Amino acid sequence: MSDKSIDPRLNVIDTRLEKIKKIIAVASGKGGVGKSLVSSVLALLLSRRGKRVGLLDLDFTNPSTHLILGAESTYPLEDKGVVPPKISGFEYVSIIFFTGDRPSPLRGPDVTNAFIEILALTRWSNLDYLVIDTPPGLGDALLDLINLIKNLNFLIVSTPSRLSLGTVKKLVSLLKEVNGSVLGVIENMKTDFSPSIKGDIEAMGVRYLGSIPFDPAIEDALGKPEELLETRFGKSLSSIADIL
Amino acid sequence: MKRISEVDIRIGELQQIDLEAFKLALSEIARQVSGEIRFNIEFEKAEFRCRVCGNTWPFESEKLDLDAREAIHVIPEVAHVFIKCPRCGSPDFEIIRGRGVWVEGVRGER
Repeated sequence: MSDKSIDPRLNVIDTRLEKIKKIIAVASGKGGVGKSLVSSVLALLLSRRGKRVGLLDLDFTNPSTHLILGAESTYPLEDKGVVPPKISGFEYVSIIFFTGDRPSPLRGPDVTNAFIEILALTRWSNLDYLVIDTPPGLGDALLDLINLIKNLNFLIVSTPSRLSLGTVKKLVSLLKEVNGSVLGVIENMKTDFSPSIKGDIEAMGVRYLGSIPFDPAIEDALGKPEELLETRFGKSLSSIADIL
Repeated sequence: MKRISEVDIRIGELQQIDLEAFKLALSEIARQVSGEIRFNIEFEKAEFRCRVCGNTWPFESEKLDLDAREAIHVIPEVAHVFIKCPRCGSPDFEIIRGRGVWVEGVRGER
């Protein structure tokens, strides 16, 4: 493709997303803080409240929402694009549909192209919410999302650790520079001994949405959506979902 | 441009597009937009270059199973999942040509 050629996919993305009222990108900067769990359970919670919901797993190198939701054998229909299948009452798309459980070693430009392709192809219905599980990091993938999707609302997940908090500060700073909308920060994996990060978050000028306790029971509930909702994790996130 | 008369379209081999279905979709668009548009369609062969050993090789869809071909048809980048460098076995390669569908040129009345 030459520099002067026209990429028709870029014009299609806005059309594909125009019937969605609110797009929530769950981001963290750092990996391993529970972003995919928050994305998956948030989609479940919103759907249980009668909202029309979609969940898009854009963590191409390490997708995991299909494992959290027990959606390993779900496949989309191809009809003038990709028609998302419904799982647990909401529409769902993941790169896993196309890669299976194989590793997908994509570099930056390949990730960009795959993002564009999946956004241009997916035919979401009229949705109240599209929840996007984003890849960790502050690089290509995040910048691509900001460039490709208008009206993104970032929901940031952190742990109480200073290591996570440091990355969140950079993420918030970056999002402010690009005029990204930040819904707030969820503090995940909080223990009785964790110093609260509420003050640090509010000092960044960002809303502290609440905390979710460290919940060892979550491991046994993986793959079982109804059980996920009954965990302390699910119940705490439910209170946070009320204010989103 | 007031009226489009001709559009040059390029199709990368990696997309594995059914030309007849594609032409049908284009004629439908032309009918809705402005009637007579000539579409000049050309295919571009796909080629890969290994970032480890520098080897270049063509796309050989017949060596892939149906699921892999279908996945690459939808998202060409998943070629990295199913294809390895035939010389050194690395999955770290560039798609140097033959991906995507793009408009190379448009002619009409200004």
